[in-house]
Amino acid sequence: MAEIRNFTMNFGPQHPAAHGVLRLVLELDGETVVRADPHIGLLHRATEKLAESKPYNQSIGYMDRFDYVSMMCNEHAYVRAIEQLLGIEPPVRAQYIRTMFDEITRIGNHMLWIGSSGLDLGAMTLFLYAFREREMTMDLYEAVSGARMHATYYRPGGVYRDLPDQMPLYKESPWTKGKDLERKNEWREGSLLDFAEAFARDFFTKVDEYETLLTDNRIWKQRTVNIGVVSPERALQLGFTGAMLRGSGIEWDLRKKQPYAMYDKMDFQIPIGVNGDCYDRYLVRIEEMRQSAKIILQCVEWLRANPGPVMLKNFKVTPPTREEMKDDMEALIHHFKLFTEGFCVPEGETYAAVEAPKGEFGCYLVSDGANKPFRAHFRAPGFAHLSAMDEMVRGHMLADVVAVIGTQDIVFGEVDR
Amino acid sequence: MNTVVRYFKSLMLLELFAGLSVTMRYFFRPKFTIRYPEEKTPKSNRFRGLHALRRYPNGEERCIACKLCEAVCPALAITIESTQRDDGTRRTTRYDIDLFKCIYCGFCEESCPVDSIVETGFLEYHMENASERIVDKQQLLAIGDRFEAQIAADREQDAAYR
Repeated sequence: MAEIRNFTMNFGPQHPAAHGVLRLVLELDGETVVRADPHIGLLHRATEKLAESKPYNQSIGYMDRFDYVSMMCNEHAYVRAIEQLLGIEPPVRAQYIRTMFDEITRIGNHMLWIGSSGLDLGAMTLFLYAFREREMTMDLYEAVSGARMHATYYRPGGVYRDLPDQMPLYKESPWTKGKDLERKNEWREGSLLDFAEAFARDFFTKVDEYETLLTDNRIWKQRTVNIGVVSPERALQLGFTGAMLRGSGIEWDLRKKQPYAMYDKMDFQIPIGVNGDCYDRYLVRIEEMRQSAKIILQCVEWLRANPGPVMLKNFKVTPPTREEMKDDMEALIHHFKLFTEGFCVPEGETYAAVEAPKGEFGCYLVSDGANKPFRAHFRAPGFAHLSAMDEMVRGHMLADVVAVIGTQDIVFGEVDR
Repeated sequence: MNTVVRYFKSLMLLELFAGLSVTMRYFFRPKFTIRYPEEKTPKSNRFRGLHALRRYPNGEERCIACKLCEAVCPALAITIESTQRDDGTRRTTRYDIDLFKCIYCGFCEESCPVDSIVETGFLEYHMENASERIVDKQQLLAIGDRFEAQIAADREQDAAYR
Protein backbone atom coordinates (compact mmCIF):
# COMPACT_ATOMS: atom_id res chain seq x y z
CA MET A 1 0.00 0.00 0.00
CA ALA A 2 1.62 3.21 -1.15
CA GLU A 3 1.67 6.08 1.31
CA ILE A 4 -0.31 9.10 0.11
CA ARG A 5 1.31 12.39 0.97
CA ASN A 6 0.44 15.98 0.32
CA PHE A 7 2.16 17.66 -2.55
CA THR A 8 4.28 20.73 -1.82
CA MET A 9 4.98 23.17 -4.56
CA ASN A 10 6.29 26.62 -5.24
CA PHE A 11 4.01 29.36 -6.46
CA GLY A 12 6.36 32.05 -7.73
CA PRO A 13 8.62 33.96 -7.24
CA GLN A 14 8.40 34.34 -10.99
CA HIS A 15 4.80 33.41 -11.51
CA PRO A 16 2.99 35.92 -13.70
CA ALA A 17 -0.02 35.91 -11.37
CA ALA A 18 2.09 36.41 -8.26
CA HIS A 19 2.25 40.21 -8.69
CA GLY A 20 5.94 40.74 -8.34
CA VAL A 21 8.19 38.53 -6.33
CA LEU A 22 5.83 36.60 -4.09
CA ARG A 23 6.96 33.09 -3.36
CA LEU A 24 4.19 30.97 -1.92
CA VAL A 25 5.00 27.49 -0.75
CA LEU A 26 1.73 25.65 -1.18
CA GLU A 27 0.91 22.32 0.36
CA LEU A 28 -1.70 20.71 -1.81
CA ASP A 29 -4.02 17.82 -1.24
CA GLY A 30 -4.97 17.08 -4.82
CA GLU A 31 -5.98 20.53 -5.95
CA THR A 32 -7.02 21.79 -2.53
CA VAL A 33 -4.70 24.07 -0.62
CA VAL A 34 -3.87 22.70 2.82
CA ARG A 35 -1.33 25.30 3.77
CA ALA A 36 0.08 28.41 2.12
CA ASP A 37 3.35 29.80 3.33
CA PRO A 38 4.33 33.17 1.85
CA HIS A 39 8.07 33.72 1.65
CA ILE A 40 8.92 37.37 1.45
CA GLY A 41 12.07 39.44 1.30
CA LEU A 42 13.00 39.05 -2.35
CA LEU A 43 12.53 42.77 -2.92
CA HIS A 44 14.06 43.92 0.35
CA ARG A 45 16.02 47.11 -0.19
CA ALA A 46 16.51 48.26 3.41
CA THR A 47 14.64 51.49 2.75
CA GLU A 48 14.12 52.11 6.45
CA LYS A 49 17.85 51.97 7.12
CA LEU A 50 18.44 54.04 3.99
CA ALA A 51 16.09 56.71 5.32
CA GLU A 52 17.95 56.67 8.64
CA SER A 53 21.23 57.40 6.89
CA LYS A 54 20.09 60.48 4.97
CA PRO A 55 18.78 63.93 5.82
CA TYR A 56 14.99 64.02 6.04
CA ASN A 57 14.34 65.76 2.75
CA GLN A 58 16.49 63.37 0.72
CA SER A 59 14.42 60.28 1.47
CA ILE A 60 11.24 61.51 -0.21
CA GLY A 61 12.23 59.87 -3.47
CA TYR A 62 12.54 56.52 -1.74
CA MET A 63 8.98 56.72 -0.40
CA ASP A 64 7.68 56.45 -3.97
CA ARG A 65 9.34 53.09 -4.20
CA PHE A 66 7.49 51.51 -1.31
CA ASP A 67 4.15 50.91 -2.88
CA TYR A 68 5.14 51.68 -6.42
CA VAL A 69 1.58 51.96 -7.70
CA SER A 70 0.39 54.50 -5.14
CA MET A 71 3.40 56.74 -4.97
CA MET A 72 2.11 60.02 -3.67
CA CYS A 73 0.21 58.46 -0.77
CA ASN A 74 3.45 57.06 0.61
CA GLU A 75 5.11 60.42 0.27
CA HIS A 76 2.15 61.95 2.04
CA ALA A 77 2.59 59.77 5.12
CA TYR A 78 6.29 60.58 5.27
CA VAL A 79 6.03 64.33 4.84
CA ARG A 80 3.16 64.44 7.31
CA ALA A 81 5.32 62.72 9.90
CA ILE A 82 8.09 65.27 9.35
CA GLU A 83 5.61 68.12 9.51
CA GLN A 84 4.23 66.80 12.80
CA LEU A 85 7.72 66.61 14.27
CA LEU A 86 8.57 70.11 13.08
CA GLY A 87 5.20 71.46 14.11
CA ILE A 88 4.55 73.15 10.78
CA GLU A 89 1.40 73.33 8.73
CA PRO A 90 1.53 73.54 4.91
CA PRO A 91 -0.54 76.19 3.11
CA VAL A 92 -4.17 75.33 2.39
CA ARG A 93 -3.64 75.17 -1.35
CA ALA A 94 -0.90 72.61 -0.87
CA GLN A 95 -3.28 70.59 1.28
CA TYR A 96 -5.90 70.63 -1.46
CA ILE A 97 -3.33 69.63 -4.07
CA ARG A 98 -2.29 66.74 -1.84
CA THR A 99 -5.88 65.67 -1.38
CA MET A 100 -6.47 65.76 -5.11
CA PHE A 101 -3.33 63.82 -5.93
CA ASP A 102 -4.00 61.24 -3.23
CA GLU A 103 -7.29 60.54 -4.96
CA ILE A 104 -5.71 60.50 -8.42
CA THR A 105 -3.28 58.00 -6.96
CA ARG A 106 -6.14 55.93 -5.61
CA ILE A 107 -7.75 55.78 -9.04
CA GLY A 108 -4.43 54.87 -10.62
CA ASN A 109 -3.86 52.14 -8.09
CA HIS A 110 -7.33 50.67 -8.41
CA MET A 111 -6.98 50.76 -12.19
CA LEU A 112 -3.90 48.60 -11.93
CA TRP A 113 -5.60 46.36 -9.42
CA ILE A 114 -8.77 45.84 -11.46
CA GLY A 115 -6.74 45.33 -14.62
CA SER A 116 -4.28 42.83 -13.27
CA SER A 117 -6.57 40.91 -10.96
CA GLY A 118 -9.12 40.79 -13.77
CA LEU A 119 -6.45 39.50 -16.10
CA ASP A 120 -5.48 36.81 -13.58
CA LEU A 121 -9.05 35.61 -13.49
CA GLY A 122 -9.47 35.69 -17.24
CA ALA A 123 -10.89 39.13 -18.01
CA MET A 124 -8.47 40.30 -20.65
CA THR A 125 -10.45 43.21 -22.12
CA LEU A 126 -10.76 45.00 -18.83
CA PHE A 127 -7.01 45.14 -18.49
CA LEU A 128 -6.76 47.13 -21.70
CA TYR A 129 -9.52 49.54 -20.72
CA ALA A 130 -8.19 50.03 -17.20
CA PHE A 131 -4.71 50.84 -18.41
CA ARG A 132 -6.13 53.49 -20.69
CA GLU A 133 -7.50 55.32 -17.65
CA ARG A 134 -4.33 54.68 -15.70
CA GLU A 135 -2.46 56.45 -18.47
CA MET A 136 -4.47 59.59 -17.66
CA THR A 137 -3.49 59.49 -14.00
CA MET A 138 0.11 59.09 -15.06
CA ASP A 139 -0.19 62.05 -17.40
CA LEU A 140 -1.39 64.07 -14.44
CA TYR A 141 1.59 62.87 -12.42
CA GLU A 142 3.97 63.76 -15.20
CA ALA A 143 2.51 67.19 -15.82
CA VAL A 144 2.84 68.13 -12.19
CA SER A 145 6.07 66.50 -11.12
CA GLY A 146 7.97 65.46 -14.24
CA ALA A 147 7.88 61.74 -13.58
CA ARG A 148 5.16 59.30 -14.52
CA MET A 149 5.55 57.18 -11.42
CA HIS A 150 8.22 58.19 -8.92
CA ALA A 151 7.03 61.72 -8.47
CA THR A 152 9.02 63.13 -5.50
CA TYR A 153 6.42 65.86 -5.45
CA TYR A 154 5.32 66.33 -1.84
CA ARG A 155 7.75 68.19 0.41
CA PRO A 156 7.71 68.95 4.11
CA GLY A 157 5.84 72.25 4.15
CA GLY A 158 3.86 71.89 0.95
CA VAL A 159 4.39 70.59 -2.54
CA TYR A 160 7.31 71.34 -4.84
CA ARG A 161 5.62 73.31 -7.62
CA ASP A 162 2.20 74.71 -8.35
CA LEU A 163 -0.05 73.00 -10.89
CA PRO A 164 0.92 73.91 -14.45
CA ASP A 165 -1.30 76.13 -16.59
CA GLN A 166 -0.94 73.98 -19.66
CA MET A 167 -0.89 70.32 -20.47
CA PRO A 168 1.45 68.89 -23.10
CA LEU A 169 -0.35 68.25 -26.40
CA TYR A 170 -0.29 65.45 -28.91
CA LYS A 171 1.63 66.46 -32.01
CA GLU A 172 0.43 65.95 -35.55
CA SER A 173 1.67 62.85 -37.33
CA PRO A 174 0.67 60.89 -40.43
CA TRP A 175 -1.61 58.72 -38.28
CA THR A 176 -3.01 61.34 -35.98
CA LYS A 177 -4.22 64.47 -37.70
CA GLY A 178 -7.29 66.58 -38.21
CA LYS A 179 -10.27 65.22 -36.27
CA ASP A 180 -8.21 62.52 -34.60
CA LEU A 181 -5.75 65.03 -33.24
CA GLU A 182 -8.52 67.31 -32.05
CA ARG A 183 -10.18 64.43 -30.24
CA LYS A 184 -6.93 63.39 -28.57
CA ASN A 185 -6.14 66.93 -27.48
CA GLU A 186 -9.67 67.77 -26.45
CA TRP A 187 -9.03 67.51 -22.71
CA ARG A 188 -5.54 68.91 -22.93
CA GLU A 189 -6.29 72.37 -24.28
CA GLY A 190 -6.62 73.99 -20.87
CA SER A 191 -4.70 73.74 -17.63
CA LEU A 192 -4.00 70.67 -15.54
CA LEU A 193 -7.13 71.38 -13.53
CA ASP A 194 -9.23 71.32 -16.70
CA PHE A 195 -7.69 68.01 -17.62
CA ALA A 196 -8.30 66.59 -14.16
CA GLU A 197 -11.89 67.76 -14.25
CA ALA A 198 -12.56 66.33 -17.70
CA PHE A 199 -11.00 63.07 -16.60
CA ALA A 200 -12.98 62.85 -13.36
CA ARG A 201 -16.28 63.74 -15.05
CA ASP A 202 -15.75 61.13 -17.71
CA PHE A 203 -14.53 58.58 -15.21
CA PHE A 204 -18.00 57.73 -13.89
CA THR A 205 -19.08 56.38 -17.27
CA LYS A 206 -15.85 54.42 -17.49
CA VAL A 207 -16.48 52.77 -14.13
CA ASP A 208 -19.98 51.90 -15.32
CA GLU A 209 -18.40 50.17 -18.29
CA TYR A 210 -16.11 48.14 -16.06
CA GLU A 211 -19.11 47.16 -14.02
CA THR A 212 -20.97 46.07 -17.14
CA LEU A 213 -18.05 43.85 -17.97
CA LEU A 214 -17.57 42.32 -14.54
CA THR A 215 -20.19 42.86 -11.86
CA ASP A 216 -22.88 40.56 -13.24
CA ASN A 217 -20.56 38.40 -15.27
CA ARG A 218 -21.06 34.77 -14.26
CA ILE A 219 -17.44 33.82 -14.75
CA TRP A 220 -16.26 36.68 -12.59
CA LYS A 221 -18.80 35.78 -9.92
CA GLN A 222 -17.86 32.13 -9.96
CA ARG A 223 -14.26 33.08 -9.38
CA THR A 224 -14.85 35.61 -6.60
CA VAL A 225 -18.08 35.01 -4.68
CA ASN A 226 -17.40 33.19 -1.40
CA ILE A 227 -13.68 33.05 -2.06
CA GLY A 228 -11.36 34.19 0.70
CA VAL A 229 -14.06 35.03 3.20
CA VAL A 230 -12.87 36.98 6.24
CA SER A 231 -15.25 37.70 9.10
CA PRO A 232 -15.29 41.25 10.50
CA GLU A 233 -13.88 40.13 13.86
CA ARG A 234 -11.10 38.20 12.23
CA ALA A 235 -10.32 41.08 9.85
CA LEU A 236 -9.78 43.35 12.85
CA GLN A 237 -7.63 40.77 14.62
CA LEU A 238 -5.48 40.32 11.56
CA GLY A 239 -4.79 44.04 11.32
CA PHE A 240 -6.54 44.52 8.00
CA THR A 241 -7.06 48.05 6.76
CA GLY A 242 -8.45 49.72 3.69
CA ALA A 243 -10.68 47.86 1.28
CA MET A 244 -9.83 44.53 2.91
CA LEU A 245 -11.41 45.67 6.16
CA ARG A 246 -14.28 47.54 4.56
CA GLY A 247 -15.08 44.52 2.41
CA SER A 248 -15.74 42.61 5.63
CA GLY A 249 -18.28 45.20 6.67
CA ILE A 250 -16.35 47.41 9.08
CA GLU A 251 -16.71 51.06 8.35
CA TRP A 252 -13.16 52.26 8.87
CA ASP A 253 -11.48 54.84 6.75
CA LEU A 254 -8.77 57.16 8.02
CA ARG A 255 -10.02 59.87 5.69
CA LYS A 256 -13.20 60.00 7.78
CA LYS A 257 -12.05 58.77 11.18
CA GLN A 258 -8.83 60.74 11.48
CA PRO A 259 -9.14 63.35 8.71
CA TYR A 260 -5.88 64.72 7.35
CA ALA A 261 -5.13 67.20 4.58
CA MET A 262 -8.53 68.50 3.45
CA TYR A 263 -10.62 65.36 3.77
CA ASP A 264 -12.79 66.83 6.53
CA LYS A 265 -14.05 69.40 4.00
CA MET A 266 -14.80 66.80 1.33
CA ASP A 267 -18.16 65.25 0.71
CA PHE A 268 -17.81 61.53 0.15
CA GLN A 269 -19.01 58.21 1.48
CA ILE A 270 -17.25 55.07 2.58
CA PRO A 271 -18.53 51.95 0.83
CA ILE A 272 -18.58 48.77 2.87
CA GLY A 273 -19.15 45.15 1.97
CA VAL A 274 -21.32 42.52 3.63
CA ASN A 275 -19.87 39.06 3.17
CA GLY A 276 -16.14 39.78 3.28
CA ASP A 277 -15.37 37.74 0.17
CA CYS A 278 -13.41 38.69 -2.94
CA TYR A 279 -16.54 39.87 -4.70
CA ASP A 280 -17.46 42.31 -1.94
CA ARG A 281 -13.98 43.72 -1.87
CA TYR A 282 -14.22 44.18 -5.62
CA LEU A 283 -17.48 46.10 -5.21
CA VAL A 284 -15.98 48.22 -2.44
CA ARG A 285 -13.02 49.21 -4.59
CA ILE A 286 -15.25 49.99 -7.56
CA GLU A 287 -17.34 52.32 -5.44
CA GLU A 288 -14.20 53.85 -3.94
CA MET A 289 -13.14 54.90 -7.41
CA ARG A 290 -16.42 56.77 -7.91
CA GLN A 291 -15.95 58.50 -4.56
CA SER A 292 -12.39 59.41 -5.53
CA ALA A 293 -13.59 61.03 -8.74
CA LYS A 294 -16.10 62.97 -6.66
CA ILE A 295 -13.36 64.23 -4.36
CA ILE A 296 -11.20 65.22 -7.32
CA LEU A 297 -14.03 67.34 -8.71
CA GLN A 298 -14.46 69.11 -5.37
CA CYS A 299 -10.71 69.79 -5.16
CA VAL A 300 -10.60 71.09 -8.72
CA GLU A 301 -13.37 73.53 -7.97
CA TRP A 302 -11.59 74.89 -4.90
CA LEU A 303 -8.17 75.03 -6.52
CA ARG A 304 -9.54 76.98 -9.46
CA ALA A 305 -11.04 79.63 -7.25
CA ASN A 306 -8.18 80.00 -4.78
CA PRO A 307 -4.69 80.61 -6.12
CA GLY A 308 -1.98 81.03 -3.54
CA PRO A 309 1.30 79.68 -2.25
CA VAL A 310 1.88 75.94 -2.32
CA MET A 311 4.96 75.96 -0.15
CA LEU A 312 5.50 77.27 3.33
CA LYS A 313 7.75 80.32 3.45
CA ASN A 314 10.13 79.22 6.16
CA PHE A 315 13.68 79.05 4.88
CA LYS A 316 14.75 76.83 7.76
CA VAL A 317 12.72 73.96 6.29
CA THR A 318 11.71 74.87 2.77
CA PRO A 319 14.07 76.13 0.07
CA PRO A 320 13.62 79.65 -1.31
CA THR A 321 12.37 80.13 -4.86
CA ARG A 322 14.92 80.31 -7.66
CA GLU A 323 14.51 84.05 -7.96
CA GLU A 324 14.98 84.72 -4.27
CA MET A 325 17.94 82.38 -4.18
CA LYS A 326 19.71 84.22 -6.98
CA ASP A 327 18.80 87.65 -5.68
CA ASP A 328 19.38 87.50 -1.98
CA MET A 329 22.51 86.41 -0.12
CA GLU A 330 20.56 85.27 2.92
CA ALA A 331 18.33 83.09 0.76
CA LEU A 332 21.35 81.62 -1.02
CA ILE A 333 22.87 80.65 2.32
CA HIS A 334 19.63 78.97 3.32
CA HIS A 335 19.53 77.22 -0.04
CA PHE A 336 23.04 75.82 0.50
CA LYS A 337 22.32 74.82 4.09
CA LEU A 338 19.11 73.05 3.14
CA PHE A 339 20.56 71.09 0.27
CA THR A 340 23.72 70.02 2.07
CA GLU A 341 22.68 69.19 5.61
CA GLY A 342 18.92 69.53 5.45
CA PHE A 343 17.11 70.67 8.57
CA CYS A 344 17.30 69.54 12.16
CA VAL A 345 14.13 68.24 13.70
CA PRO A 346 13.25 68.61 17.39
CA GLU A 347 13.59 65.52 19.53
CA GLY A 348 10.53 63.34 19.73
CA GLU A 349 8.62 60.62 18.03
CA THR A 350 5.54 60.63 15.86
CA TYR A 351 3.29 58.41 13.83
CA ALA A 352 1.48 59.69 10.78
CA ALA A 353 -0.84 57.52 8.75
CA VAL A 354 -2.74 58.07 5.55
CA GLU A 355 -5.44 56.05 3.88
CA ALA A 356 -3.39 54.71 0.99
CA PRO A 357 -5.33 52.84 -1.70
CA LYS A 358 -4.34 49.54 -0.12
CA GLY A 359 -5.02 50.48 3.47
CA GLU A 360 -3.35 52.36 6.26
CA PHE A 361 0.12 53.40 5.25
CA GLY A 362 1.89 54.80 8.27
CA CYS A 363 5.23 56.34 9.00
CA TYR A 364 6.76 56.20 12.46
CA LEU A 365 9.68 58.53 13.02
CA VAL A 366 11.92 58.89 16.04
CA SER A 367 14.09 61.96 16.07
CA ASP A 368 17.07 62.56 18.34
CA GLY A 369 17.34 66.16 17.25
CA ALA A 370 19.64 65.52 14.31
CA ASN A 371 19.04 66.12 10.62
CA LYS A 372 18.27 62.47 9.96
CA PRO A 373 15.75 60.21 11.67
CA PHE A 374 17.07 58.09 14.52
CA ARG A 375 14.56 55.44 13.56
CA ALA A 376 12.15 55.30 10.66
CA HIS A 377 9.54 52.61 10.45
CA PHE A 378 6.88 52.24 7.84
CA ARG A 379 3.64 50.41 8.29
CA ALA A 380 2.74 48.77 5.04
CA PRO A 381 -0.85 47.56 4.69
CA GLY A 382 0.19 44.81 2.29
CA PHE A 383 2.29 43.11 4.95
CA ALA A 384 -0.66 42.54 7.27
CA HIS A 385 -2.79 41.37 4.36
CA LEU A 386 -0.19 38.93 3.15
CA SER A 387 0.16 37.50 6.66
CA ALA A 388 -3.43 36.37 6.40
CA MET A 389 -2.79 34.57 3.11
CA ASP A 390 -2.65 31.15 4.74
CA GLU A 391 -5.95 31.66 6.49
CA MET A 392 -7.69 33.05 3.42
CA VAL A 393 -6.73 30.34 0.98
CA ARG A 394 -6.84 27.30 3.23
CA GLY A 395 -9.38 24.85 1.90
CA HIS A 396 -9.75 26.62 -1.43
CA MET A 397 -8.62 25.32 -4.79
CA LEU A 398 -5.27 26.17 -6.31
CA ALA A 399 -6.84 28.55 -8.83
CA ASP A 400 -8.44 30.53 -6.00
CA VAL A 401 -5.01 31.44 -4.66
CA VAL A 402 -4.71 33.74 -7.65
CA ALA A 403 -8.06 35.35 -6.85
CA VAL A 404 -6.99 35.93 -3.24
CA ILE A 405 -3.65 37.46 -4.26
CA GLY A 406 -5.58 39.71 -6.61
CA THR A 407 -8.05 40.79 -3.97
CA GLN A 408 -5.32 41.54 -1.44
CA ASP A 409 -3.80 43.92 -3.97
CA ILE A 410 -0.29 42.98 -2.97
CA VAL A 411 2.62 45.11 -4.04
CA PHE A 412 5.99 43.83 -3.02
CA GLY A 413 7.71 47.16 -2.75
CA GLU A 414 5.83 47.83 0.45
CA VAL A 415 5.71 44.30 1.84
CA ASP A 416 9.47 43.85 1.66
CA ARG A 417 10.36 47.52 2.07
CA MET B 1 -41.62 32.75 -9.71
CA ASN B 2 -38.41 34.78 -9.18
CA THR B 3 -36.35 31.64 -9.44
CA VAL B 4 -37.93 30.83 -12.77
CA VAL B 5 -37.30 34.33 -14.12
CA ARG B 6 -33.73 34.21 -12.91
CA TYR B 7 -33.28 30.80 -14.45
CA PHE B 8 -34.39 31.98 -17.87
CA LYS B 9 -32.40 35.22 -17.63
CA SER B 10 -29.35 33.20 -16.81
CA LEU B 11 -30.04 30.88 -19.73
CA MET B 12 -30.16 33.83 -22.13
CA LEU B 13 -26.60 34.90 -21.16
CA LEU B 14 -27.86 38.49 -20.82
CA GLU B 15 -24.97 39.82 -18.76
CA LEU B 16 -22.43 38.33 -21.11
CA PHE B 17 -24.07 40.02 -24.08
CA ALA B 18 -24.15 43.32 -22.21
CA GLY B 19 -20.41 42.99 -21.71
CA LEU B 20 -19.90 42.06 -25.34
CA SER B 21 -21.84 45.13 -26.43
CA VAL B 22 -19.31 47.29 -24.58
CA THR B 23 -16.38 45.65 -26.30
CA MET B 24 -18.19 45.80 -29.64
CA ARG B 25 -18.77 49.54 -29.24
CA TYR B 26 -15.08 50.02 -28.60
CA PHE B 27 -14.27 47.92 -31.63
CA PHE B 28 -15.77 50.56 -33.89
CA ARG B 29 -14.52 53.59 -31.98
CA PRO B 30 -11.27 55.41 -32.84
CA LYS B 31 -8.30 53.78 -31.18
CA PHE B 32 -6.54 55.11 -28.11
CA THR B 33 -3.18 53.57 -28.92
CA ILE B 34 -0.40 55.25 -30.89
CA ARG B 35 2.36 53.93 -33.17
CA TYR B 36 5.20 54.45 -30.77
CA PRO B 37 8.50 55.11 -32.42
CA GLU B 38 6.89 57.26 -35.09
CA GLU B 39 4.33 58.92 -32.86
CA LYS B 40 4.91 59.82 -29.24
CA THR B 41 2.71 60.58 -26.29
CA PRO B 42 2.88 64.18 -25.12
CA LYS B 43 5.70 64.90 -22.72
CA SER B 44 5.54 67.48 -19.97
CA ASN B 45 8.11 70.25 -19.88
CA ARG B 46 8.89 69.16 -16.34
CA PHE B 47 9.93 65.69 -17.47
CA ARG B 48 12.98 64.26 -15.74
CA GLY B 49 15.02 62.21 -18.15
CA LEU B 50 18.68 61.96 -19.05
CA HIS B 51 21.02 64.43 -17.36
CA ALA B 52 22.89 67.21 -19.10
CA LEU B 53 25.31 69.98 -18.20
CA ARG B 54 24.54 73.36 -19.68
CA ARG B 55 26.68 76.20 -20.95
CA TYR B 56 26.23 79.96 -20.95
CA PRO B 57 25.42 81.50 -24.35
CA ASN B 58 29.09 82.49 -24.73
CA GLY B 59 30.13 78.84 -24.58
CA GLU B 60 31.48 78.90 -21.02
CA GLU B 61 30.31 75.94 -18.93
CA ARG B 62 27.97 76.89 -16.12
CA CYS B 63 29.10 74.45 -13.46
CA ILE B 64 31.19 76.09 -10.74
CA ALA B 65 31.85 72.88 -8.78
CA CYS B 66 29.91 73.95 -5.69
CA LYS B 67 29.10 70.26 -5.23
CA LEU B 68 25.57 70.91 -4.02
CA CYS B 69 24.22 68.26 -6.37
CA GLU B 70 26.78 65.79 -5.10
CA ALA B 71 25.73 66.54 -1.52
CA VAL B 72 21.99 66.36 -2.14
CA CYS B 73 21.97 63.27 -4.36
CA PRO B 74 20.12 60.60 -2.33
CA ALA B 75 21.62 57.77 -4.39
CA LEU B 76 25.20 59.11 -4.31
CA ALA B 77 25.26 58.88 -8.08
CA ILE B 78 27.31 62.04 -8.69
CA THR B 79 31.08 62.30 -8.29
CA ILE B 80 32.81 65.65 -8.66
CA GLU B 81 36.43 66.71 -8.51
CA SER B 82 37.44 70.30 -8.98
CA THR B 83 40.41 72.57 -9.41
CA GLN B 84 41.24 76.21 -9.98
CA ARG B 85 41.59 77.05 -13.62
CA ASP B 86 44.33 79.33 -14.94
CA ASP B 87 41.97 82.31 -15.08
CA GLY B 88 41.28 81.89 -11.37
CA THR B 89 37.78 80.39 -11.64
CA ARG B 90 36.76 77.17 -9.97
CA ARG B 91 35.77 74.41 -12.38
CA THR B 92 35.22 70.69 -12.30
CA THR B 93 37.87 68.34 -13.58
CA ARG B 94 35.58 65.38 -13.20
CA TYR B 95 31.81 65.21 -13.22
CA ASP B 96 30.51 61.65 -13.36
CA ILE B 97 26.93 60.50 -13.08
CA ASP B 98 26.22 56.83 -12.56
CA LEU B 99 22.96 56.27 -14.41
CA PHE B 100 22.35 52.95 -12.70
CA LYS B 101 22.50 54.52 -9.26
CA CYS B 102 20.49 57.60 -10.22
CA ILE B 103 16.85 57.52 -9.11
CA TYR B 104 15.83 60.51 -11.27
CA CYS B 105 14.40 62.46 -8.34
CA GLY B 106 15.44 65.82 -9.81
CA PHE B 107 17.11 67.07 -6.61
CA CYS B 108 20.35 67.88 -8.47
CA GLU B 109 18.53 70.22 -10.80
CA GLU B 110 16.59 71.71 -7.91
CA SER B 111 19.75 72.40 -5.94
CA CYS B 112 21.95 73.78 -8.71
CA PRO B 113 22.44 77.52 -8.08
CA VAL B 114 23.63 78.21 -11.65
CA ASP B 115 21.13 76.01 -13.57
CA SER B 116 23.99 73.87 -14.81
CA ILE B 117 22.94 70.28 -14.16
CA VAL B 118 19.49 69.62 -15.60
CA GLU B 119 17.37 66.61 -16.33
CA THR B 120 16.33 66.86 -19.94
CA GLY B 121 13.18 65.52 -21.54
CA PHE B 122 15.27 62.96 -23.40
CA LEU B 123 14.43 59.42 -22.34
CA GLU B 124 15.25 57.17 -25.28
CA TYR B 125 18.84 56.32 -24.55
CA HIS B 126 20.48 52.99 -24.15
CA MET B 127 23.85 51.49 -23.45
CA GLU B 128 25.46 48.32 -24.67
CA ASN B 129 27.97 47.77 -21.89
CA ALA B 130 27.45 48.19 -18.17
CA SER B 131 30.50 50.44 -18.05
CA GLU B 132 28.73 52.98 -20.23
CA ARG B 133 26.41 53.78 -17.35
CA ILE B 134 28.91 56.31 -16.06
CA VAL B 135 28.45 59.51 -18.02
CA ASP B 136 31.40 61.85 -17.70
CA LYS B 137 31.66 65.60 -17.99
CA GLN B 138 32.37 65.72 -21.72
CA GLN B 139 29.40 63.50 -22.52
CA LEU B 140 27.11 65.51 -20.25
CA LEU B 141 28.18 68.77 -21.88
CA ALA B 142 27.63 67.21 -25.31
CA ILE B 143 24.10 66.15 -24.29
CA GLY B 144 23.54 69.69 -23.06
CA ASP B 145 24.70 71.16 -26.37
CA ARG B 146 22.53 68.77 -28.31
CA PHE B 147 19.32 69.60 -26.45
CA GLU B 148 20.01 73.19 -25.39
CA ALA B 149 17.08 74.68 -27.31
CA GLN B 150 14.62 72.25 -25.76
CA ILE B 151 16.14 72.56 -22.28
CA ALA B 152 15.97 76.35 -22.38
CA ALA B 153 12.38 76.35 -23.68
CA ASP B 154 11.26 73.89 -20.99
CA ARG B 155 12.89 75.93 -18.20
CA GLU B 156 11.43 79.14 -19.59
CA GLN B 157 7.95 77.68 -19.50
CA ASP B 158 8.39 76.52 -15.92
CA ALA B 159 10.23 79.57 -14.58
CA ALA B 160 7.14 81.03 -12.90
CA TYR B 161 6.58 77.92 -10.81
CA ARG B 162 10.04 77.35 -9.35
